[in-house]
Amino acid sequence: MTTAPSGDNSLLKDTISMRKIGWLERFLGPENYRITVGLLKTPASILGLVLIIFFVLIAIFAPLIIPPVDGADPYTIPRDGFISDPQPVGSAWKKNVPPVPFWYKAVTGKDAWVHVMGTSEGQYDIFYGVVWGTRTAFYTGLMVTIATLLMGVIYGAVSAYYGGWLDNVMMRIVDILLILPGILAALILAAVLTPKIGKSLIPTMTALIAFGWMSYSRIIRGDILSVKERDYIMAARVIGVKDSRILFRHILPNAIFPTLVLASLAIGDVVLSFAALSFLGIGTQVGYADWGQVLSFARNWITSLNTYWYIVVFPGITLILFVMGWNLLGDALRDVLDPRMRGRS
Amino acid sequence: MPELLLEVQGLETQFRTPEGVVHAVNGVSFGLKEGETLGVVGESGCGKSVTMLSFLRLIPNPPGKVTAGKALYRGQDLLKMTDEEIRHVRGAQIGMIFQDPMTSLNPVMTIGKQLMEPLQLHLGMNKQQAAVRSAELLEMVGISDAKQHLNDYPHQFSGGMRQRVMIAMALSCNPQILIADEPTTALDVTIQAQIVELVKRLRDELGMTIIWITHDLGIVAGLAQRVIVMYGGFIVEEAPVKELYANISHPYTVGLIGSLPRVDETVRQRLFSIEGMPPVLLNKPTACPFAPRCKWVMERCWKENPPLENISEEHRIACFVDVKTGKAR
Repeated sequence: MTTAPSGDNSLLKDTISMRKIGWLERFLGPENYRITVGLLKTPASILGLVLIIFFVLIAIFAPLIIPPVDGADPYTIPRDGFISDPQPVGSAWKKNVPPVPFWYKAVTGKDAWVHVMGTSEGQYDIFYGVVWGTRTAFYTGLMVTIATLLMGVIYGAVSAYYGGWLDNVMMRIVDILLILPGILAALILAAVLTPKIGKSLIPTMTALIAFGWMSYSRIIRGDILSVKERDYIMAARVIGVKDSRILFRHILPNAIFPTLVLASLAIGDVVLSFAALSFLGIGTQVGYADWGQVLSFARNWITSLNTYWYIVVFPGITLILFVMGWNLLGDALRDVLDPRMRGRS
Repeated sequence: MPELLLEVQGLETQFRTPEGVVHAVNGVSFGLKEGETLGVVGESGCGKSVTMLSFLRLIPNPPGKVTAGKALYRGQDLLKMTDEEIRHVRGAQIGMIFQDPMTSLNPVMTIGKQLMEPLQLHLGMNKQQAAVRSAELLEMVGISDAKQHLNDYPHQFSGGMRQRVMIAMALSCNPQILIADEPTTALDVTIQAQIVELVKRLRDELGMTIIWITHDLGIVAGLAQRVIVMYGGFIVEEAPVKELYANISHPYTVGLIGSLPRVDETVRQRLFSIEGMPPVLLNKPTACPFAPRCKWVMERCWKENPPLENISEEHRIACFVDVKTGKAR
């Protein structure tokens, strides 16, 4: 029998410095804690997070910020008359006035709505468009990104897993699609689709999805090619697991992270592309609450923007902040989640 | 003589590579009796693993392809089964464990989930039943506190524990045959001994048939009843284990056994090794594949490849030379 060594270890306490574990780390667990701290580490990542939370709140509370006019479609910007010239910031709102929300008097000191950010060509209220357009931006950005991600991942996964000539054919198709200039191809497809299915968000979203999934399928294909040769995949096949289950349960969870990071970086781009198409008049009907649409009202006034600056500045800054928020957040997410980025500043 | 549980006949496997077609397995035939332990010995790249993966139809295709042969499992040809049928043989009838336990478990799935997978798949258990059985299996392979370990991830386990998990997984559906592909190579010696003991114990308890692939003749001596020695994709010697060690007959086996370090070696001397490298099997050999490295090589060895012939009732070799006299047989 051996006995455990005994002795006084109290002296060790001072020589070995122990990492303190705070209540937050205890509560979240080490990995979630690392991600949370990582997202809050640099000023850029904090700014990104704050911006996105800010826009989320605007989108959620849009009916409280500026309620829709009674009986009207909330996603249609109310028109104050039909005069062509934009009206300046602070001008009175005469027709189609929305109900006054509770915060309005406290903040502005007025009893009736004015055009907080002015009106654009055709008397569309810019503030309404910016606020309700946030919902459109989240909806289109997330839907298009999720749909492209799904398509790209399934396509790339099948291509990589089955390999051989199928992989060859599938990847050549991707090559061909990548040759096309993305936004131009989407523009043409959306323009063709619009008369067929009518003016709505759908033609533009379909077009962005159709030409947006290829980069995901390439990235996921590469990662799957490396994961599928690992021993544990062979081990799963040895116990008789089905192909589809191996692909989705064993390979994908080991391969998908770089693709997810790419997707988080892409949300901003999608919203930007959507606004660009909308600016060109593709997709939604005139007056839909969408930033690209609001900006497009400025097209005829480009030469006199020193007078009508507000028709570009407010929706433009909103769009810039939104895209910047996603990019900063995506960068921070990549730093935290991508193991290849660990340990680098 | 008991009926053969598995009978492999004339198995040939080839790989297409940019350099040409590699003949990895060249007409391998062997039988496996129920309850016996078969050792398969040979150096790296001689076709041991590929032979096993071939009849389990796990060779990646392309580039690999089984070009000829039969593999009868209980009278049914594994090579002619549909994908669905062979899936139910894998895991349920024939289990397999691998060389490197560090990479053989999925890093993002818990031990419990991975253990439960074959149970749910082949035995149709529900989650609760599978969880209970998984814990039993872990206990069986000597992991205590099994219930708590079910929620652990592979990185929380040591190499020896992981190999135990792999064994538990391979045995979970009570397979008839366990193929152990160098399961101790990546482990240190004390753990090796534990794993070998574990397999021996389980074999005696469960009455399993085992194919044990290794290049360690020492392990084979203590474990197997019969041994196959492979070289260059051919079986070059086959004999019951006692007969093999008492009566080594193929020059390659002589070299293999000669290269083992011995406990009773007193003189400080270099370990013996076989000169040269194993052949690259780009062309189907017309000469004896071992001829370039053989110290008994004769004229005839360069002209034809010796067939596998009986030299006694249960002892077969593929060689023209009698290594005791150094002359042709």
